Amino acid sequence: MITGSAPWRGTAWAVGKLGLSGRTLVIAIPMLWLLVFFLAPFFVLGRISLAEAIIARPPYTPMFERGPDGSLEIIASLENYRFLLTDALYRNAYLSSIRIAAVSTIFALLIGYPMAYFIARAPEPRRSLLLLLVILPFWTSFLLRVYAWMGFLRTNGVINNMLMGMGVIDQPLVMMQTDFAVYIGIVYTYLPFMILPLYANLTKLDGALLEAASDLGASPVVTFFTVTLPLSLPGIVAGSMLVFIPAIGEYVIPALLGGPDTLMIGRVLWDEFFGSRDWPVASAVAIVMLVLVVAPIMWLQSVQNRRGAD
Amino acid sequence: MQKPAIAADTRPWLSAGAQPFISVQGLVKQFADFTAVSDVDLDIYKGELFCLLGESGCGKSTLLRMLAGFEIPTQGRIVIDGEDMARVPPDRRPTNMMFQSYALFPHMSVEKNVAYGLLREGLGKREAYARAGEMLKMVKLEKLARRKPDQLSGGQRQRVALARALVKRPKLLLLDEPLGALDKKLREETQFELIKIQESLGVTFIVVTHDQDEAMTLATRIGVMKDGIIKQIGEPHEIYERPNSRFVADFIGTVNLFDGKVDAVAPDLMRIETAELGPVLLPPQTGLTRGQQVWGAVRPERFALSRQKPDGAHNAWRGVVEDLGYIGHMTQYRIRLENGRLIRASQSNRLRDEDPISWDEPVWISVQPAAFRVLTE
Amino acid sequence: MRGWFLPVAVLLGFIFLYAPIISLVVFSFNDSRLVTVWGGFSTRWYGELLNDRQIMGAAWVSLKVAFFSATLATVIGTLGAFVLTRFSRFTGRLLLTGMITAPLVMPEVITGLSLLLLFISMELTLGWPAGRGMVTVIIAHTTFCAAFVAVIAQSRLRSMDESLEEAARDLGAGPVRVFFDVTLPVIAPALVSGWLLAFTLSLDDLVIASFVTGPGASTLPMVIFSKVRLGVSPDVNALATIIIGFVFVAVLAAGWLMRKQMSKGL
Repeated sequence: MITGSAPWRGTAWAVGKLGLSGRTLVIAIPMLWLLVFFLAPFFVLGRISLAEAIIARPPYTPMFERGPDGSLEIIASLENYRFLLTDALYRNAYLSSIRIAAVSTIFALLIGYPMAYFIARAPEPRRSLLLLLVILPFWTSFLLRVYAWMGFLRTNGVINNMLMGMGVIDQPLVMMQTDFAVYIGIVYTYLPFMILPLYANLTKLDGALLEAASDLGASPVVTFFTVTLPLSLPGIVAGSMLVFIPAIGEYVIPALLGGPDTLMIGRVLWDEFFGSRDWPVASAVAIVMLVLVVAPIMWLQSVQNRRGAD
Repeated sequence: MQKPAIAADTRPWLSAGAQPFISVQGLVKQFADFTAVSDVDLDIYKGELFCLLGESGCGKSTLLRMLAGFEIPTQGRIVIDGEDMARVPPDRRPTNMMFQSYALFPHMSVEKNVAYGLLREGLGKREAYARAGEMLKMVKLEKLARRKPDQLSGGQRQRVALARALVKRPKLLLLDEPLGALDKKLREETQFELIKIQESLGVTFIVVTHDQDEAMTLATRIGVMKDGIIKQIGEPHEIYERPNSRFVADFIGTVNLFDGKVDAVAPDLMRIETAELGPVLLPPQTGLTRGQQVWGAVRPERFALSRQKPDGAHNAWRGVVEDLGYIGHMTQYRIRLENGRLIRASQSNRLRDEDPISWDEPVWISVQPAAFRVLTE
Repeated sequence: MRGWFLPVAVLLGFIFLYAPIISLVVFSFNDSRLVTVWGGFSTRWYGELLNDRQIMGAAWVSLKVAFFSATLATVIGTLGAFVLTRFSRFTGRLLLTGMITAPLVMPEVITGLSLLLLFISMELTLGWPAGRGMVTVIIAHTTFCAAFVAVIAQSRLRSMDESLEEAARDLGAGPVRVFFDVTLPVIAPALVSGWLLAFTLSLDDLVIASFVTGPGASTLPMVIFSKVRLGVSPDVNALATIIIGFVFVAVLAAGWLMRKQMSKGL
C-alpha cells in the first residue's frame, strides 16, 4: 500500500538520485522552455536594437569590441530609437495601426453583436448549429480566407462583376489596395473572436431580467439599452480585446489587401527586416511596438485577471 | 418494565481508563491570515460514529481534511491507533474518505472505482475485483457494477462512494456531508442504513455535517464546532438537554434565553434574578457565586401552558397567546409576557383536548426547576 | 431587438462569413484562368495542383511541423497549466503565469523576429541550432501554441473537481499515479481540442515561419503567400477547396461522434 507498481518506483528513485524532487522537475520543463524560447529572445532583441547595421554576417555591430589598447568596450547606441522617434514614417505607422485596429474592432462589434445576441436567444439545437457555423471558418486557413477577399474585391472581381451586371454601376469600384479592404479583411478574419465571448456572456443573461424590465414598462429598445447592453459589457470588452490585439500587429492583411500607403507597423517591421535588411532598426521597431502597444494590453489583462480572481 | 442496560463498553468515553483509538492533540491549522482550526483536542474511541457539527466555515471540514492528510497541520498531533499521522501523506494513511461530491472517477466503471484502492495496495486483479464485488453486494449495487458513475442516480452514487471508501477496511472512515446531496426522504432512509453498515463492519466513523437532525440521528457523540474550536463534546441528548454554552443551546434546536444574575445561594435553594422573568427559584448548582452573571436556557417544549395558575409552582408567569402554529404532532406558541418579552413554547398534541388554548387567550406558563438550565458561558 | 432587424442582420452576417468561401469553392471548378470569370466546369486545377511539386512538398513540411509542434505544445502547455493550477506556491510562479499567457497577445512579427535573432545568436555562441529549418519552425510554433493549449488545459483543470485527485490519493495512489490515473483521463477531451487548435494554428502560421525557417523548409502558407501576392491563381482556389472540404468533413465527424457519445452516456 506504500507505493505503486515498479515502473513508478523506478522513475521516482532515478529522479531522487539526481537530487531533484518530482515537483521541481514538473515545474522546470515548462519554465525552462519559456525562459529560453520566449523570454530570452526579448533580451537578444533589445541588445540588437542598440547595435548598428553593417554589411556582414550577422548584419549588425557586435556588442563588445577590443579597443586598440586591448580593453573591452561596450558598443551600444540609442541612435536607432532616435531615428524612429524623429522619422514621421514610423510615428504615422504606429498611429495608423491603432486607428485601423480600432475602426475594425468597432465594425466587428456592430456586426458581431446582433449575431451573438440572436444565437444566444435561439433554441437548441439551432443554437449549436449557428455557433458551429460561426466557428467553422476559423478552422480553415486564415491566409486563404484573406485570399478569398482578393477575388471578391478586385476590379474585375465578384462584387464589381455583380454590380455591373445588375446595372448599379458602370465603372468598377476600386476596393482592392485601400484601407477599406484592410478593414474588411480584419473584420472578416476576427469576427468569430468577437462573437464567441459575446455569445458566452449573453447566454448567461437571465431571461427573467428582460421580462422584469418589460413588466416595469420598458419598451424592447429601452430594455436593450438599459439592461442587456450594460450587462454584456464584459463580453464586449473581451471580444474587442480579442479583435484589437491581433489586428494591431497584423502583417498579412495589409500586405495582401492594403495599398502601398496603408501603413501598419507589422508591415513596416517586416519590410525593414526582409527588404532593407536593417536588423537593428527592425529590432528597435519591435521594442517600441512592445512598449507602446503590447505593454498596456498586458497590463490591462493582468488587472482584469486580478479582478476576476477576487 | 425493565430498562435495557446500555453496556459500558459501547460508551467507552464514560470510563476513565479507556484508550482512545484516535487522539487529536493541540491541533492548529492556519491559512495565510486566517486560523481555520485553533487548538483542538479530541479523543475518539474504536467503533464510534462521531459527528462534527457546525456551520460552514467553522473549521469542521479543515479538521476532517487534516485527519485524511490533505492539509498539513500547523501544529499538533494526530494519533491513529498509536501512530502519529500528522505528517504522513494521504496515500499512506489507514484512513479513507467519502467526499461530499462523492468524487467518483467518471472514466471508470462502478466496479473499477471500488477496486481502485485495493489495486493500489498491491492486491491482485482477481482478488481486488472479488472483494469489490462483495462490497457492492453489501450496498446492493452488484447489478450496476459495469455502469459508469454518470449512469447512476444520486442515491446510488452515494452508495458507490461509501463502498469505495469502505472496501479498504480503513481504521477510520471520514465522511464529509455524506447525505448532503440527497433529498430529504432518501436522506432519512440512508441515515439508518449508514448506521447499520457502520455497526456491522465495526469501522470508526467521523462524519462532518451542518445538519443537526442528521448529527442527532447518526452520532454516538457530537462535537459542536465554532470558529475553529470544539465548543462541546457529548452524546446527542447531553448536547440538547445540557448545553454548556449559549452558543450550543442556541445552535441545537430552539431555545429561550434569559439574562440574569445569581441573587442568593442557600444550601437547598438558589435564586436567580432575571430581568424578564423576575426571580427564578432553582436547586443549587456548584460553581456559582452570588452576583455572577448567568443565562437561563429553556427549551420550548419544557414550558407548560395552562389557563389557571398551576398549583404550587414558583416559576410561573402570566402572558397572552400572540400567535400559534399547528404543526401536526405539536403546536408552537408565541406568548407575550406582561413585560413585553416574547416566549416560544410548544405543546405536544398527543394530549390535545377539545378546547385547545387559542389566539389572544391569557395563559400561565411555568417551568420545572430542572428544565431551567443555567449557563455561565 | 425584435421584428425584422435581428434576423436580417444575422443573415447578412452569415452571408459576409460564407460568401467568400463559397466563391472560392465555386471558382476552383472554373475552367478559365481568369479566376472570377466563369469559363465552364473543369477539374483541371486540381490536377495541376497535385502535380505541383513545390506545393505538395510544402504541404508535407507543414503537416510534419504542425504534428510535432502540436504534440510538444500539448505536453508543455499541459505541464504549465498543471503546475499553475495545482502548485499553490513556488519560486517563479508569477513569471511562469506571465510567460505562458503573453504569447497570446504578442504580435506575430515580434515573436518571429525575436526568435530568429535568438536562433542566430545561439548558433554564433553555442553552435546550435546549425542553420534554420524545420527544427527552428517547430520550436517557434511549439512556444506560441503552448500558450493556447495552456489556456484550454487551465480552464479544464480549474473546473475539474479536485476531490477526484484527493480521492485517488486517499485510496493509496502516489502523486504521479494520480496524474496518470485520474487527472489525465479526466482532462483528455480538453487536451485533444487543445492539440487540434495547436495543429491548426501551426498549419496556418505564415509570419513566424517566414522569420525562423531556412532554405528547403518552406511551409505551405509561405508558398501560397508568394503565389497570391502576385495575384489570384486558380490552383490556390483548388487547394483552398480541398482544405475547406477536409475541415468541414472533420468538424461534422467530430460533431457526430460527440452526439453519439452523449446519447450513449445518457
